[in-house]
Amino acid sequence: MPVAVAIAMLVVGSVAFHLFSPWWRTPIASNWGSIDSALDVTLWICGAAFVGLNLFLAWALVKYRHRPGHRAHYEPENPSLERRLTFWTAIGIAGMLAPGLAAWGKYVSVPKEATVIEAVGQQWQWSFRYPGPDGVLGAAGVKYITPDNGLGLDPLDPFGRDDILVESGDLHLPVGKPVKIVLRSKDVLHDFYVPEFRAKMDLVPGIVTYFWLTPTKTGTFDILCAELCGTGHHAMRGKVVVETPQAFAQWQAQQSSFGQILAEAPPAAMSILLIKANACIVPASWSIR
Amino acid sequence: MTILARLTEKSWEPGPQPVERDRPSAGAVGMVAYFGVAMVMFSLLLAAYLMRMGLHAGTEHVHDWKPMPDPPLLWINTLVLAASSVAWEVARRERAVRAAIVGSALGVLFLGGQLLLWRHYQGAGYTLSSNPANAFFYLLTALHGLHIIGGLFAAGRALAAANMRNVALCALYWHFLLIVWLVLAALLLST
Amino acid sequence: MATTLADDLRPLHHPHSWVTKYVWSQDHKVIAIQYSCTAIGIGLVALVLSALMRLQLGFPGAFPAIQPDNYLQFVSMHGMIMVVYLLTALLLGGFGNYLIPLMIGARDMVFPFVNMLSFWFYLLSVIVLVAGFFVPGGPTGAGWTLYPPQAISEGTPGHQWGIVTMLVSLAIFVAAFTMGGLNYVTTVLQARTRGMTLMRMPLSVWGIFTASVMGLLAFPALFVAAIMMLFDHLAGTSFFMPTMQSMGAITPTQGGSPLLFQHLFWFFGHPEVYIVALPAFGIVSDLISVHARRNIFGYRMMVWAIVIIGALSFLVWAHHMYVSGMNPYFGFFFATSTLIIAIPTAIKVYNWLLTLWRGDIHLRVPMLFAIAFIFTFIHGGLSGLFLGNVSVDVPLSDTFFVVAHFHMVMGVSPVLVIFGAIYHWYPKIFGRMWNETLGKLHFWITFLGVYAIFLPMHYLGILGVPRRYYALGETAFIPQSVHLANAWISIAALVVFCAQGLFFFNMIWSLFRGPRADPNPWGAASLEWLTPDTPPAHGNWGPHLPVVYRWAYDYSVPGAARDFIPQTEPQVEQRA
Ligand code: HEM
Ligand SMILES: [Cu+2]
Ligand SMILES: [Cu+2]
Repeated sequence: MPVAVAIAMLVVGSVAFHLFSPWWRTPIASNWGSIDSALDVTLWICGAAFVGLNLFLAWALVKYRHRPGHRAHYEPENPSLERRLTFWTAIGIAGMLAPGLAAWGKYVSVPKEATVIEAVGQQWQWSFRYPGPDGVLGAAGVKYITPDNGLGLDPLDPFGRDDILVESGDLHLPVGKPVKIVLRSKDVLHDFYVPEFRAKMDLVPGIVTYFWLTPTKTGTFDILCAELCGTGHHAMRGKVVVETPQAFAQWQAQQSSFGQILAEAPPAAMSILLIKANACIVPASWSIR
Repeated sequence: MTILARLTEKSWEPGPQPVERDRPSAGAVGMVAYFGVAMVMFSLLLAAYLMRMGLHAGTEHVHDWKPMPDPPLLWINTLVLAASSVAWEVARRERAVRAAIVGSALGVLFLGGQLLLWRHYQGAGYTLSSNPANAFFYLLTALHGLHIIGGLFAAGRALAAANMRNVALCALYWHFLLIVWLVLAALLLST
Repeated sequence: MATTLADDLRPLHHPHSWVTKYVWSQDHKVIAIQYSCTAIGIGLVALVLSALMRLQLGFPGAFPAIQPDNYLQFVSMHGMIMVVYLLTALLLGGFGNYLIPLMIGARDMVFPFVNMLSFWFYLLSVIVLVAGFFVPGGPTGAGWTLYPPQAISEGTPGHQWGIVTMLVSLAIFVAAFTMGGLNYVTTVLQARTRGMTLMRMPLSVWGIFTASVMGLLAFPALFVAAIMMLFDHLAGTSFFMPTMQSMGAITPTQGGSPLLFQHLFWFFGHPEVYIVALPAFGIVSDLISVHARRNIFGYRMMVWAIVIIGALSFLVWAHHMYVSGMNPYFGFFFATSTLIIAIPTAIKVYNWLLTLWRGDIHLRVPMLFAIAFIFTFIHGGLSGLFLGNVSVDVPLSDTFFVVAHFHMVMGVSPVLVIFGAIYHWYPKIFGRMWNETLGKLHFWITFLGVYAIFLPMHYLGILGVPRRYYALGETAFIPQSVHLANAWISIAALVVFCAQGLFFFNMIWSLFRGPRADPNPWGAASLEWLTPDTPPAHGNWGPHLPVVYRWAYDYSVPGAARDFIPQTEPQVEQRA
């Protein structure tokens, strides 16, 4: 008996907790409302199942508790009942899968007009790269990395010269413009995660991964790392500043390009850089437009 | 009774009188189950091999996969293992201990041949860490060789006890290892 | 190559001295107890680690001895021990060993010697695992998923030696499991007593059997992955190791694929979830049926669901990799297959509920745990639908929502079943009865406590708190109340932690002081309660094997004198 009461109380308590808990999604700041609504649909269907099944459990525990003289009903199976239950479960499952898959369909198709911006992860910090006026990110790879070329751009690739590098600063994004964020890691796995954007994706050394979003709200948000990457995982933070296109253009104009950095580099550093570029090892190198 | 009929039995209804039934020996059932385990293991390695090999087709990586040459020794070893399997089959059919001993000896010869193959590759600079193709080759042959060693051990015990039922099991095991080897060799030769 | 039952009557290996009886024993019941004690022992280590983690999370900064490296090591060892060395070993090596031969009417496992080896290999794997705490650098801190490249590169605790002991221990564990698993599968297929058709087996046997088959097919993936990672680490190969920067220098490895490891790991890892869950499903079905005095509802559906879940679970592994950077189009397939699995799983839940419905429910301690299981499993199963539903997983993956989900579904739920099962079979295993009051107290604290721990975690995850974080630091979206929640969760965890003392005290005290138990205290119909001796002697059945005439669920049959009919009782009219 007490266990039936406890189950019923836990159901009521869980619902109350859900309604009154101060912890829920952060206010959304991107176009991924479709993910939120897929979550809501899933929550409604699952919540109904949770409440219904557990209240049935509590009721059955009371109703069919052992009493002297009482005997259970013998009934090996009831195929038509089971068939009906299966059918309605399948409907419920399909009901939540459909919005889930639809949102995923959008998540995996990057709009053509999206600008490409690169986020580079390393233990334990974020850096960023913008394609510059030509709109193309130059080739880059771990093998090109030198102290003066921390992001490993190919110094011989002309597309890379105008790329804008942000090595220890914030990521800036113009509000309302779709961006494709391409992700590259210098060492281990990381994951680019901004809770307010809903989107996230792993960084995998050796390959380039991506996702896309359109920021819909100006403001400053935390970038977290969501893939265990070692001792400093919890401290691998960055900031993303979403601002108006004007403010974004202004900010971008103040950043220095790879070409400017090369021009300022001492000749000795320059030669190391070029030696690396010509070395015949064969590691990852890529370019993307 | 088919497996389907068995799995749809309404077991709460009165069934037929329980009878003594014939059943395969525990050894045979256990070994077939083990074939499942080994098959999954080798299949996963093959899948990993193909995935690792084809990895750079999609990205713009430079190819780092350098296939290994196929020396004649590879063919010779394959023939030795096939001959060994034939000997075991004779042992199984004719209940011939002699043939089983020949089969085991050929198994030992195969292992020796595999060692020579390793030496040959090492001598030619195809070391474990120099290329993923080599790493897979050594890993696959080592795992296969361990299975052969296990088989030899079991064969030794079966022969020492002159247990013909276990000799027959050993023969099946040997055929299984031959098939695995043929698949591995085909993969190594074709890539 | 056909043998008959006469084979089962061959003389058993007979123990002579104390050592052959209790140490180098080939008796499945002794091996089961050895397995269980080792698993519970190492499980306690994992429990202590979880308490330490909770101390850090609940009261950050209050325990300067716990540094970020330590925290990650605790997380990794806790996760791996709980999943593999506690739950898998206990449910299959412990319950599987004990129950299979007794429930199908066999004298022992078919390969008793291999069975014994299985335990000793398992013990060895545990010893190697524990050795990880004492090697330079400590145990691995790469998470229980052990993803390369970080698992074997600079910046991760234990990347030198801890990872080696972990991988070696896993390889040994796989060998041990394979030996045991072959035994369980072969015994079920080959050594059932006369009349024990497949569909007359109790669901416990079905669950354990299916889980064993799955283990045999899934553990090779872990084995292969562990060996390949050892090669990468010790021999400099690049199966998984890409070109990367480590310690400011470029590594000599190149071109390896971290995603290849993830595929191999989850090809093992997802079925592993069900390897733990299916035996629990089976066992809980039997507990519910016995204590509700009602046949399990829809027995055939239950068996088919177990088999279908087992088969499908090899087709869903990449739902752990939606945001791993794999080809995003896989997401469609794996989301669909994942949600399809929910259907047979839901049917199992319905049938448990329908078994209670119109039953005659005796709320004894084992039954309380079974009911708690239904509740937590419904909760955990439903939260899994969020994570399976690709796009919903995107914000939730790698947050505390995931932590809450898998604890609910594969931590708490199987553990509740294990408690219930221990209370249920204890009288048979040891011939003594435990103390009811202590049992109930243990139940209430554990059940309410774990819910208090894991319910709020879901909400922290929805808020966006990431998992495997040593500390949350200054983060704009995390309000102060989250720290309060964390402290609260930690207190609940410590209470639950202490409450387990009640359980151990009860079990050990009853071993010596408990009243003698009835041979069949719950009035159960299945074979294991019908042994001539309690506890069953070596060989289980005395001179004659039992003969089975009916299924294991003849409870409250209309017209029968008692409310259960043992499986060995002949049918009135037997078809010719
Ligand atoms: C009262 C009992 C338990 C408590 C308080 C507890 C607590 C925790 C905590 C705090 C974490 C780390 C979360 C993070 O920072 O990411 C964790 C991780 C984990 N736990 Fe538990 N746990 C308990 C029982 C279990 C059980 C029974 C299992 C069995 C499946 C389990 C499996 C895991 C796994 C697999 C992880 C993930 C490890 C990783 O992230 O690599 N836990 N647990
Ligand atoms: Cu990280
Ligand atoms: Cu899974």
